Order: sequence, then C-alpha cells, then structure tokens
Amino acid sequence: MSEARFKVIFAGPLVSFQDEGRIGHLRFGVSPSGPMDPFAHRAAQTMVGNAAGDTAIEVSLGGLILECIEGETTFALAGGSFSVQCGAAQGEGWIAQRVRRGDKITLRAGAWGSWAYVAFAGQIDVGSWLGATATHSMSSFGAGALQAGMEFTVTNAEVRERREGEYPCPACAKPATDVHVVIGPQDQHFDPSSVEVFTSQPYTLTDAYDRMGVRLSGPTLSLLNALSIPSEPIVRGSVQVSGDGVPTVLLADHQTTGGYPKIATIVSRDVDRLTQLRAGDAVRFRAVSAVEAVQYARDQSERDEQALAAIAEPRATLDEKLLNANLIGGVISATKDNP
Amino acid sequence: MGMPTFKPVADRAVLIEFGTAVDDALNRKVAALDQSISAAGITGIVETVPALVNLLVMFDPLITDHGEIETAIRSLFPIPEQDEAGAKTHVVPVCYDAELCPDLLDIATATEQSVDDVIAAHLGAKLRVSMYGFAPGYAYLSGLPDAIQVPRKPSATRGVPTGRVMIAGPQCLITTVVMPTGWSIIGRSPIEIMKDDPDNPFLFNVGDSVVFERIARDALPAEMQMP
Repeated sequence: MSEARFKVIFAGPLVSFQDEGRIGHLRFGVSPSGPMDPFAHRAAQTMVGNAAGDTAIEVSLGGLILECIEGETTFALAGGSFSVQCGAAQGEGWIAQRVRRGDKITLRAGAWGSWAYVAFAGQIDVGSWLGATATHSMSSFGAGALQAGMEFTVTNAEVRERREGEYPCPACAKPATDVHVVIGPQDQHFDPSSVEVFTSQPYTLTDAYDRMGVRLSGPTLSLLNALSIPSEPIVRGSVQVSGDGVPTVLLADHQTTGGYPKIATIVSRDVDRLTQLRAGDAVRFRAVSAVEAVQYARDQSERDEQALAAIAEPRATLDEKLLNANLIGGVISATKDNP
Repeated sequence: MGMPTFKPVADRAVLIEFGTAVDDALNRKVAALDQSISAAGITGIVETVPALVNLLVMFDPLITDHGEIETAIRSLFPIPEQDEAGAKTHVVPVCYDAELCPDLLDIATATEQSVDDVIAAHLGAKLRVSMYGFAPGYAYLSGLPDAIQVPRKPSATRGVPTGRVMIAGPQCLITTVVMPTGWSIIGRSPIEIMKDDPDNPFLFNVGDSVVFERIARDALPAEMQMP
C-alpha cells in the first residue's frame, strides 16, 4: 500500500471534502452536512471499491482541477454529468480511471446536475470534527473547502484495474422534477388554498442555491398571520416559507432550528435528486401520506441497493478486454477468409 | 403531563408538540420527554432534537415508522418530571465594555435606564439552557429579566464574530461561529462552548443554568480586546 498526493490547482466555490455526514448532533445545533446527493456519494465510493463512509470530494458547478504530484491510484466520478479530463483521456459522467504522478484531473459541469463526487481508491487523509470529515460550509468545521494551492494525501492508494471503466448512470441518480412531500408539520399556519397551490403548481429553483438551501420561485403562499412561531427543529428537506410567501428548501448544511413555518417536508431520497437540478429547472411537489412516504423510502432503498450492487460488479481488466476484442476479431476474420 | 400532539415529518421524523407559546414550563416538559425517550431505548430512533416547545424524533424508515414511534412514545406517559440532578450551573465571564459593545447604549436607551442598570440586570439573571439551535453551539438561554428585553433589530448585522454575548426578547446567547444576526450585543466572553473533547464536545446541556460574572477588558484574550 502506498500514498498518492494531490495538489489543488483550481477549486470553484463550495468544493469541499465530505464523508456521509455528522449524525447525532442536531441537539447541539450541528446539521448533518455530508453530501448534497448522498446516493451519488455512495456510488462513487462503490465504483472505486471503498467503504460507503469514506471521504470524497464534492465538486460544485464551479469545477475543480487537481494535479497528482506523487503516486498513482484509481479515481471515480459520479453524480451530475460532469466532464473529466485526466492526462490524455477525456470522458463525461460516471467513470473510474487511473491517475498517475504528473496527470491533471480537470472537472467541469456538463449536461446536467449540480454536484459531482470524486472518490479515490484509498482514503483521503483530512481532519475531522465530531467524528466526521463532512464540511459544514458556513463555519468550515470538518475537513473544509478545497482551495487552490493546498495539497492532500490519499493513504492506502492503489490502482484497482477491475474498478476502472465507464459506468451507466442509474435512473435513480437522475434529477427529480417530481418530488414527494409530506404536508406539514406547520401547515396550520397557511391558508388551505396555499397547500393546494404548493402541490399543484410548478416551482423553479433560483440561483439563491448553496449547501444550506435553495430558494424557489413560483406562486407565493399566504401565511394566515405573520406571527413569529417559536423556533422549531428543521430537517434536511424542510420547505420553510418566509414572511414574503416564498418557499425555501433546506439542504445538507441547514440551520437546525428556525421560526418560519414549514408547509411541507420532502422525503429523504427525493432531496438527493432535487439537489441535482439547476437554477431555472422546474419542480413539482406531490403530497403523499406519512405511511406512503415510509413505503416509498423502503422501495427506493431496495432499488438503490440493486443499483449499487450492479456498480460493485468487477470490471474486465485491460488484458481481458483485449482478449475479448481479439476473439471477436478472430471470428470476424475467420468468416471473411472462409467464403 | 398532558398528552402532546404528534405530527409526521416526511418519511423519517415525528414532531411532538406541547404547546405553541414559549414558556419555561413547556420547555421543561420537552426536556423531560427527551430524557424518557433516551432512557427507553426505542428501536429505530436515530436522534432526538429538543426545542423550545417541541421535540423532534428522527427515525430510520427502513426499521420503523411514524405509527410505531408514536405508539412507543405514548406508552411512556405519564412522564416523570425532568431529573435535574445532573443539571449544572455554569459561570460565564463577560466583559461589558461600552467601547467594545456599542449596543449597550442602545439597549439602555430603549429600556429607559442607565448602562450600569442594564449590566446589573444581566449580571443578576439566572438563565436556563432551553435549546441549541440554528448553528453549531448556539445555546439559547432563556429567562432574561423584563427590564432588559429588547426586540430584534430590524436588519441583521453581518459577520458578527465569535464570543459575543447577545440578547433578543427573553433570550440570550453567546456566538460560536461568525454569523449575521439581528440580536443586540451586550458583552464579550472568552468562554468556549465548543470544546476540543470528542466525548463531551459542548459545554452546556439543555436544562443547565447559566449565570454571568463581570470581567475587565484586559482579562479578554488579546484579539477580543480590540473594538
């Protein structure tokens, strides 16, 4: 086992180290952080053969350029469809490939998606806070944001040839424009017609979008009275409505409590997929009961496990690929030479 | 203790609400229920979040559901009073220096008294940690005397540094991360609410008490002595 070392040549805003998140500290005002799209994060780790809880780099629309300054390893890219250039190789979307000393990895936003994940075969060696490397963007607690000039090490780095290659992006990793919500828990503060409007009219994501939340644009929702309710707990996916009637969806680095009423809460798995929309994309909210929401979570989880199991299947090595190509080539030429 | 209401939150939580108006008695019920749930070890609960008048119970939807969680929690009633034997009283040092805390004068003007009276009222208060919220380590301390209660400012001040002792309405808090805020800054404190101790990373627990002790400007760390 050896080490690989990387230097950050360029990092857009909100490019940060993230493990699965910091669970269990909401009672101390600490939001979970972790990936904006947890499924894509798991997929990237699976592609390189790592454990689900390992640290990856979350890349924003701003992009990222890394240079490998020591060693070699296999890296994977999953999440939104981002383009990747590494050495002479160019690709887009879900791919795992080798990176060696001297190679630059250039990642840019592609056809769709807001966040992509880079995982390395090995462990990214960065600092943690409260037992997690997940970066809380507002405070920079955790492993932190990537900045040009900084360097980091991947320990236990190794080339895993059987992990390298292109991977089809599973349907469950595509952005969701139809999002399931459970109404409440503060829907009593809204005019009943507002709940109807919220679940029947389309909303659009605005560019007021960061790791704390995304402000929507669409029909305004009328609060029965602009009273200030006592500060109440918030979860990832809470849809809170400020005094101006505009809804905001709270995301990974959300504040843990707030005094704005929440008209609805998005079911967990659909939050992942909502985050892969971009400013200007439309979204519709579909109300389901709490019982239906739990069943949906269980169905989605089963589908996710199947998708990850397919990703975990070993790939052919280069020798095997060449051998297959030769065999097929041989068959074709044999046919040709044998009229 | 009367039965609270239970509301589903998406596919993974139940919000248990004791009332809608902030008061210490409701907050004590929240803390007591939080303790009972924690002691009961109910299957599938991931974490609980006590707030001012309600408690959020988060669960793993692959293991349990809203109905099972509600049934399990209802069976815990009646809830015994919160065990406050473990509650601590923390003495928090505060520097009330008019040059460092220009809001002091505004608070005095708004409440029609002298700056010294404002400081004396703050020093005389015994506050209760009623919840953490908003940002890491933001402990909401309740029970500020009426005489120094001021509303939030109409607009937020950006980039308020750490270690600022702020008040709004009946509440007080000490900043732990740089934040925009509409609260009024009454003092500065070198206290470290977030500790470098993985087993016990936060100084206060909900239900603890906080009192203040006046310190001089030169008792602050050098970087906090600058206006």
